[in-house]
Order: sequence, then structure tokens, then C-alpha cells
Amino acid sequence: MTVPRFQARVLVRLRPSVLDPAGEAARGAAARLGVEGVSKLRIGKAVELELEAADVDEARRRIELLSDRLFANPVIEDWSLELLNS
Amino acid sequence: MSIGVIVFPGSNCDRDVVWATQGCLGLPTRRIWHEETDLSGLEAVVLPGGFSYGDYLRCGAIARFAPALRSLVDFAERGGRVLGICNGFQVLTELGMLPGALTRNRDLHFICEDTNLTVVSSRSAWLKDYSATGQLTLPIAHGEGRYQCSEETLKQLQDDDAIALRYGKNPNGSVGDIAGITNPRGNVLGLMPHPERACDPATGGVDGRAMLEALTN
Repeated sequence: MTVPRFQARVLVRLRPSVLDPAGEAARGAAARLGVEGVSKLRIGKAVELELEAADVDEARRRIELLSDRLFANPVIEDWSLELLNS
Repeated sequence: MSIGVIVFPGSNCDRDVVWATQGCLGLPTRRIWHEETDLSGLEAVVLPGGFSYGDYLRCGAIARFAPALRSLVDFAERGGRVLGICNGFQVLTELGMLPGALTRNRDLHFICEDTNLTVVSSRSAWLKDYSATGQLTLPIAHGEGRYQCSEETLKQLQDDDAIALRYGKNPNGSVGDIAGITNPRGNVLGLMPHPERACDPATGGVDGRAMLEALTN
């Protein structure tokens, strides 16, 4: 019996209250490129992973642990999880 | 008894610390590779500046899982003194030994300059010798030193008298101008400025000396 394999994408974003200077710099560059009207630009990270787990609940539990403890720092970041082919 | 300096892949201020503590102050010091777990015989531990594991994900995020740091948590709980400088401060926050987080400087620049600092609390051993003037000048050298925490955490820091140092002129956008904090007990200090670069009169003042002397008394 093969162990089910899951694909997931975790999006890590700076919390709304935390200043994102890199996003602001990129927003400035957008204007210099000639693209007008960009009123908000914030940069986060996407973590794509595959893992083997007995079932979807176990897969979700492990990825949530990773997201909380490794991918994101809850002091400054939020994260959201998409399980792609559960 | 001696001082331990933990060395991560990417640390680049570990030798500066050894020069300051052993070379300038005559305190026996040994470097400890991050994979070691034996901290016995140490009076204090320094997490030096530089980088750790490439600072992938976030500064200090991966260093937090180093074997030496599992031992460090026990060491601090037993009351051992721990000093985190720059990247070491970032590691201490990721590890949860100090609250808050350090993020990209407000103006995105890597800042390398002398800063004037005000001692907010001289209750801990680290800063008691600065109580007379309440001022010191130390260099900073960081791209991600903007201290961030929630309002509740900031209040808790104030209630615990745990804000150690503030910038005279905030260089990086840190909440409350915070440059360094201690844990409630006061045996753990994390700060972005570099006291080890201000110990040798030949290279930049001696305002950092008393802070490093506090590693052992």
C-alpha cells in the first residue's frame, strides 16, 4: 500500500500592522515603470511542499505545525494553507 | 569557568567577541560549534553577530533549532547569563527566550554607524555600571534590526522593566526606539548594537566593556 502524497502551498504574509519597507520600495518602482494607481503592495512568501501522510487530517496537522513553528513567525506574520490535491 | 561563544555557519563576529572578552578584558573564552550540546563549565554564553544558516526564512529562524541552543534554554533557566548581539538577538527572539521580533529596517538600508544609546533600565547586571551617566555609544551594523512587538508585549516589557536600551535617534524604525531588552529575570540580554566592537581603545571606544565584564560578575 502506498502512502498518500499531498501537495500544499503555504502563503506567509506580514501582519497588516507591520510596515513592509520592501513592498513600499517595490510600489515606488511600479510608479517608475509607469504603472499608475498601485495603492498597496505587500510582499510575502510562498512555500510549496509535498509530503506523505496517512490521511488528509494528518497532512494538515503536520503542515500547520510547520507553518506555525518554522515558516512564519506569529509575532510579525500570518499564514494560510492551501492543500492542493487532498 | 569561562565564557562560551556559539558559532553558527555564517557567524562573523565570534572572533570579535573573543578578542573583546579574552584579548581586551582577559576573560577566558572558548568558541562552541553550534552542533555541540555541552555547555558545562561556562559562566556565560554569547550569541554573536553575523548570520546563521544563511538566515533563510527569517533571521535566526533556522538557528533556533541548533543543538547548542537546546542546551542554552536549560542554561538560561538555571540562571546562566546569555548575551545575544545583533544576529544573536534575532536568534533569541526566534527561540522565544526574548519577546518580539526583528524585521527589515524601515528605510531598507544596511546601517553601519555609531549610535548614542540611553540606558532605560540599569537593574540587570549588564547595565548597572552605566547608571551614572545613563548614556553610551556603540556601533550598529544591521539590515534587519527594527524591533517589533505587539502593544501588549510592549506594555509587558515596560511592566517588567525589561527595556534595557533605547536609541537616541531611532535608526531603523524600532517600536519605542528599542535597541535592547532583557528577560524578566534579567539574566538574558539581547541588543542590536555591538558592545564587542567598543572594547579596544584602538578601534572605537570602550563603552562596551562594562557590558561584557558583566558576563562574569
